[in-house]
Amino acid sequence: MRVPRCKGMRDLLPQDMAKFRRIEEMFRGCCLRWGYEEVRTPTLEYLHLFTATGTLTPGMLGRVYSFLDWDGWSGERVVLRPDGTIPAARLYLENLEGGEITKLFYVENTFTFEETGAERRERWQCGAELIGSSQPLADVELILLALEVVEKLGIPVEVRLSHAGLIKALLGELGLGSAEQTEIFDQILEGNIKALGEIKTEDVDLKRALPLLLDVKGSSPGFLENVRALLGKALPGLEPSLNNLTNIAQLLSALDCPYQIDIASGRGFEYYTGVMFQFYALAERVGGGGRYDDLIPLVGGGAVPASGFALYMDQLMDLLKREQPSYHRILVRPEGSDVKGLKSCFEVARFLREEGYLTELDLGRKTVSDYRWLLSVPREGPFQLVDQATGKRSEVASQAGILKIVEGSR
Amino acid sequence: MKLALPKGRLVDDTAALLQRAGLGLLDYDEGSRSYRPKSTTFADLFLKVFQEKDIPIQVAIGNYDLGICGLDWVEELLVKYPSDDLVKVGDLGYGKSDLYVVASRYAGVSSVREIEGGFETARIVSEYQNLAESFALRLRLRRFKILPIWGAAEAYPPESADLAIIAETSVDRLADHDLVPLARVLASRAFLIANRKSLAKADMSILLSYLSPSEVEIEEESPLPAIIGIIFEKAAEGEKMVRLALPDGHQQRPTMEFFKKAGLKIGGYSEVLETRRPTLELNGVTVKVIRPQDMPLQVANESFDLAITGKDWLKDHLYRFPSSPVEEILDLGFGRVTIVAVVSEDLPVNNVAELKDLVRGGLLPTIRVASEYVNIADKYARDKHLERYKIIPTWGASEAFLPEDADLLIENTETGETLTKHKLKTIDTLFESSACLIGNRQALSDPLKKERIKHIIKIMEKTAKEGF
Repeated sequence: MRVPRCKGMRDLLPQDMAKFRRIEEMFRGCCLRWGYEEVRTPTLEYLHLFTATGTLTPGMLGRVYSFLDWDGWSGERVVLRPDGTIPAARLYLENLEGGEITKLFYVENTFTFEETGAERRERWQCGAELIGSSQPLADVELILLALEVVEKLGIPVEVRLSHAGLIKALLGELGLGSAEQTEIFDQILEGNIKALGEIKTEDVDLKRALPLLLDVKGSSPGFLENVRALLGKALPGLEPSLNNLTNIAQLLSALDCPYQIDIASGRGFEYYTGVMFQFYALAERVGGGGRYDDLIPLVGGGAVPASGFALYMDQLMDLLKREQPSYHRILVRPEGSDVKGLKSCFEVARFLREEGYLTELDLGRKTVSDYRWLLSVPREGPFQLVDQATGKRSEVASQAGILKIVEGSR
Repeated sequence: MKLALPKGRLVDDTAALLQRAGLGLLDYDEGSRSYRPKSTTFADLFLKVFQEKDIPIQVAIGNYDLGICGLDWVEELLVKYPSDDLVKVGDLGYGKSDLYVVASRYAGVSSVREIEGGFETARIVSEYQNLAESFALRLRLRRFKILPIWGAAEAYPPESADLAIIAETSVDRLADHDLVPLARVLASRAFLIANRKSLAKADMSILLSYLSPSEVEIEEESPLPAIIGIIFEKAAEGEKMVRLALPDGHQQRPTMEFFKKAGLKIGGYSEVLETRRPTLELNGVTVKVIRPQDMPLQVANESFDLAITGKDWLKDHLYRFPSSPVEEILDLGFGRVTIVAVVSEDLPVNNVAELKDLVRGGLLPTIRVASEYVNIADKYARDKHLERYKIIPTWGASEAFLPEDADLLIENTETGETLTKHKLKTIDTLFESSACLIGNRQALSDPLKKERIKHIIKIMEKTAKEGF
């Protein structure tokens, strides 16, 4: 009786894991060089870490894997981590609060229920959080770091900017109550930007500025100046956010980092308060992030500003080209089965591995075309080395002799 | 064609509807003990009676093409498990019952203020745990506990819960229990529901046209104020009072007799349920009547100090929560039942090994284990290595599940008569159960309360020993 894998879950096969590790190593390497330190939060957290307004939207909360713990008779529940940032904020508060600027990164999985199994229930992400700075500089650093990782993986990537503060200020200007504002903000975060356009407004300036703000995609600080010019009376409420976004855009422009300002791209988490960025590669969303200055206060800490991003490993793995398998694989084949000959096989294989070559013992395979080198080990006498690329056969007396030929062909 | 019909409060109106539709129904009324009514006019119509709560699930998974039950149970399923396969065909116009979020009028709950940053935990008690969770999430309650119960939600606020989500026919009825409505979550009525695949495939037009909802008049009701947040004020509680929970249902009568024998006078707790708060003539003890199924969890949560329930329900609780502080204090000796594993008489097996052979031989794809005792059934299935099994939780009327909708049933039996009547046979015996007094081993810090509890135990011990 075969039991298939659980729906919505993914098996990572050897070629997938090769890509997974490449992404992980690239991400770790870049983060470490930028001065970020690695952490990992636990898979289980308390549900109420995620329930406050300003953490996860009710839509997301409705799909967390939550359950009563073994001692959960009190009704309190735990969840499989649905998000990386909120636990990172908790980790910071519990262990690192009050220090200097804290730069953390992690490679973690998150879990979201999905009924049909068409979408993934377990997702892997590479996350980075920069805690303690409210400067646009910090947001720009995170954007550049994320772009560096993806570009170094050989994947063309672009960044789209939106601004949670701007959207929230807009909702405020439109005269909505606070519960209503949260509700519409949630809809926008879940990808329904139309919710914003559908709100009727009597404000002439807003009526004029809204289409520009929502429909036009800007590519320079000049776009934001145009918006500013049209906003007129409605400007004061929006100005701080507009200024903040302008600062970030100016800095990115000065760094020759192309970007798109697309307010409608503001998908993400309810905890975002400032700039939000999305990373796209070949029309696929491969990452996102933003500023979340209110999150740490919300989970019980002081007024510590923070900002972060996550790269989605599953999407990046799909875009990553398959790596060529190591060219110089060596297959060591014993002739006969007596102990002395086998010992010699293990010894020569160990020697070659220590020299850095992928060396396997032949355990009875039928095809050998994956191997560049075939090394026959007789009970006594010289080794037989075949170079499958050229068909050349050599008799070699010593381990060093094998190494010389293999190295000579590189 | 298969139609699932409700047990309980909707029976009379549903039977009338089906008679009007010309189904010529036999054996479907409140007194009937059969779970398989027959239609004299539709020979190929299979009918089965379920607890209302089971019907949306049975229709959604495709065991039944059509079903009739309250909209409340449809939404309870859909809010957590949005399923495309369940279609709400229409309102049948009877069985009105609204779902209210309520608090005790003594609890000082104000309705329209925002919660300000606090970390108080809101305890929400309900038979509708999914709707309760959805409500709490939508309200953005920061920290909440959903306490799922089998019934008697009205008995919980204010001492044992801050809020209850409760089905009631009118706001006035809530006032009878000293409850104030804060919000109406749902206006419910009997609904005809259908499986989408059945609708797409099978011609059910005759039945649909007979059952199609008549013109339904929806009365306008004044909306309750929308609540944004709730402020909880801890109700001052008589800390030293011993809180005792007594069972309703089957165990009510023997419990009452036990009390009589013990010389404990209790007002308002007779053969019928008069009040959820009877008065015990014993100094320093308050009594509430709740479902025996709910007691272990409530005692674990220190909502009660003592409770009279069955060992079966205590075991079910402890299997789920091995480190729970609830323990049996005293075997009371009455209400003896045996917990057994049963199958349909038609199934060619005599023991569990043979049942497993059916799966191994490919004759059964999965063993569907139905039970009210979810955790006992799950442990049994694990211990017996049933390999491929599904637990189907039921809310009573479990015998009806075999053989069509389950293969194995974990059920209690007194004499075995009911099982025989439903053409079931026992293939294994799990354990004996009887009524017992349970308590919380961590809760007894107050010396006066400790004394009072000891006193009650002493009285009960004596009565139990005398061979009740």
